[in-house]
Amino acid sequence: MFFLIPVIGLLGEVAWSELPGILSSPVVVDALWLSLLSSIAATILAAAVGVPLAWLLARVDFPGRSLLRGLVLLPLVLPPVVGGAALLFALGRRGVVGGPLHDLTGLVLPFSLWGVVIAATFVSMPFLVITVEGALEGLDNRYEWAGATLGAGRWTVLRRVTLPLIAPSLGAGLVLTWARALGEFGATITFAGNLQGRTQTLPLAVFVALESDRATAVALSLVMVLVSLAVLIVLRNRWLRSL
Amino acid sequence: MTGLDMKFALSRGEQFSLAMALAIRPGHTVALLGPNGAGKTTAVAAIAGLLPIDEGHIRLDGRLLDDPIADVFVPPERRSVGVVFQDYLLFPHLTVLDNVAFGLRSAGAGRSEARSVARQWLDGLEIGELAAAMPADLSGGEAQRAAIARALVTQPRLLLLDEPLAALDVTTRALLRRLLANHLNEFSGPRLLITHEPTEAFLLADEIHVLEEGRIAQVGTAEDIRLRPRTQYIADLAGANLLTGRASRGTVMVSGFELHAADTRLQGSVLVTIHPRAISVHRKQPEGSPRNTWPTTIARLEHYGDRIRLQTGQPVPLTAEITPGAAEALALEQGAAIWLSIKATEVSLVAA
Amino acid sequence: MRRGILSVVTVGLLVSCSAGGRTELLVSAAASLADGFAGLEAAFENENPDVDVVLNLGGSAALREQILAGAPAAVFAAANEAIMRDVASAGLLGEPAQVFATNRLAIAVPPGNVAGIGGLDDFARPELLLGLCASGVPCGDLARAALQQAGVVPAVDTNEPNVRALLTKVELGDLDAGIVYVTDVIARAGLVDEIPISDEVNPVARYPIAVLADSAEQDLASDFVAFVLSPKGQTILAEQGFGAP
Repeated sequence: MFFLIPVIGLLGEVAWSELPGILSSPVVVDALWLSLLSSIAATILAAAVGVPLAWLLARVDFPGRSLLRGLVLLPLVLPPVVGGAALLFALGRRGVVGGPLHDLTGLVLPFSLWGVVIAATFVSMPFLVITVEGALEGLDNRYEWAGATLGAGRWTVLRRVTLPLIAPSLGAGLVLTWARALGEFGATITFAGNLQGRTQTLPLAVFVALESDRATAVALSLVMVLVSLAVLIVLRNRWLRSL
Repeated sequence: MTGLDMKFALSRGEQFSLAMALAIRPGHTVALLGPNGAGKTTAVAAIAGLLPIDEGHIRLDGRLLDDPIADVFVPPERRSVGVVFQDYLLFPHLTVLDNVAFGLRSAGAGRSEARSVARQWLDGLEIGELAAAMPADLSGGEAQRAAIARALVTQPRLLLLDEPLAALDVTTRALLRRLLANHLNEFSGPRLLITHEPTEAFLLADEIHVLEEGRIAQVGTAEDIRLRPRTQYIADLAGANLLTGRASRGTVMVSGFELHAADTRLQGSVLVTIHPRAISVHRKQPEGSPRNTWPTTIARLEHYGDRIRLQTGQPVPLTAEITPGAAEALALEQGAAIWLSIKATEVSLVAA
Repeated sequence: MRRGILSVVTVGLLVSCSAGGRTELLVSAAASLADGFAGLEAAFENENPDVDVVLNLGGSAALREQILAGAPAAVFAAANEAIMRDVASAGLLGEPAQVFATNRLAIAVPPGNVAGIGGLDDFARPELLLGLCASGVPCGDLARAALQQAGVVPAVDTNEPNVRALLTKVELGDLDAGIVYVTDVIARAGLVDEIPISDEVNPVARYPIAVLADSAEQDLASDFVAFVLSPKGQTILAEQGFGAP
């Protein structure tokens, strides 16, 4: 019931007769497309970085492991705006890393789709790392021994034994990551800015529209709710019994 | 030198250390027998390369696998050691066929080639029809065969069996032990059997190493261990009288002598175990409930701390265990004439 | 000496105790007024020791939404007259709104003006990273009006949700230029440089203030509004770069 109240509130605000026109407007179409693109890209990036990271945290005992674990989880605790500001300090055009990057390649991460993807990855990756690390620690590592005695090196064991065994948790982690990336707002607007068609995702479009055009804001919110619900329901029925 | 040759020590934390030496020739089976916590699993890990040793060496067919001084450590995937794990550890996400094909794929074989070789192994072990089954759907015996196929398909130089029968219930254990014996004989390399079950060690191994608190306490054949246990612990663990015979409705013929057992269900070939402490020694013919009484002589007397083990003569040579006080009271000595009595409930039978 | 310290501590305790009995006056003010209103708060409390002015700063549009939804503010100071009109037409004003300050736009650039910005014309250069406030936000609407007046079609890279977010990105050098208020550039002197916009194309931002009808502190709220309009209040605002009404 508690979860239904905001949805009901939203439905009550929808101007149904204007809805088709609003939904086909460039603002909405651009934002929807950008949101899907950036959240999927962020999920892929989070998986590419997060899975090896989770494996490292769960399986390799190295100095500074607790520190690294804390750092990885930091975005969960930080307000996203702070995360976005930190990204700006680090990866901005004059940032610690972004400065040299810009001087060498001319690449500017803020105000680009890359900025959106990086911001979303930053805030959403902890969900993947937590779920995968937990699954790895719960896994009977003798299966990996068995793989090794059968001639499989670390990489092959990871690919053919470990990952398939933690597939359900990995799936759940990917969905959580994607959902967080789709809803990402604070870090994105702080780091990547807000420009329709380039960096304005659905949550940003909703926020901006709330200032000026309530009907569009409500329509955009409705789109977000429906897209999220549809994907979560489909995924859950397919392979997410654990979520 | 061919076969396995190792002598190593390693410690895990301050609590536990393992030091052992062992050699196995190709075609021979050595059992590492010991209770839980004796260090058997650590030994498996060291030989398979899952745990580096602190000192000593492990050599297989002349190839050095682990030697800290020579700075050699071959990782598990390049050791050529086939392992049949406790609980078998078949990969739950792969079919039986792909489980068996796993090692071949890791060695670089293509999918169809690996599968066709794997299928030959499954056929050889008579579980070809289970190729498409998932491990969760296998019976204990089927899983054991699949695990053996998986371990042997890559033609390892050593076969390591870690408690291969422990996961099974008592009734299937005898059957699978016989099957296992056949499979072991088909593998021409050295075989190391890890077990806490004396019977398994006696029946499957050519030589037994008893591991006790991280040290080898005794090495010998099954007969050496049973008849001349070197420590009280081994006597308790492995010193049971083990006989073979034929059962029929509660009576067992052992070398022409008739023993009574409580178990009336088992028929045919059986293993009979009688614990030495279950045998009572008398000077005169006893009267009372025990169904099995017969006269014999004392072939040998041995002191073990606060116990005395005595070997009896014909018709059924047995080991009995009594206290020194009893031996003194009965004036027992080598060659003395005695009577033995054993309750039928102490004569336990398993299918052979 | 020791007695002196003790008496200071005692006085401090008395003051903080009496703070609990002070009357609270909730003032909702546009984010661009932050520095000016901080000065007004201190001066007003100095003259009225029994009053505790509490500032609720935010974007004008967000504050309007709060007030329309029944937030318990006593005074509303907006950055834009249209926003104040929305509140008036909802019947929520205790007395007609009055303009108490004006502001002008300026171009903010990172210190040193690396990109060589000279004026509004440079906002058409696509190779630069340029930012405005989003439309619907007063500074965004004014900037667009100025650009249109100057006949410039801007190549914007980001529409920031408020003027402070825009300033931060200019300050960090992530943007080559942004259009903000003159008062913002003064508040961040040294952190950003100002490129002036000529008066012909520079619209005047007018800040209205009003007492809200639902407040229980009508008299006190009127006093505060009168203080803002008084010469003393106007001086404080002028120090922050605001113009007279």
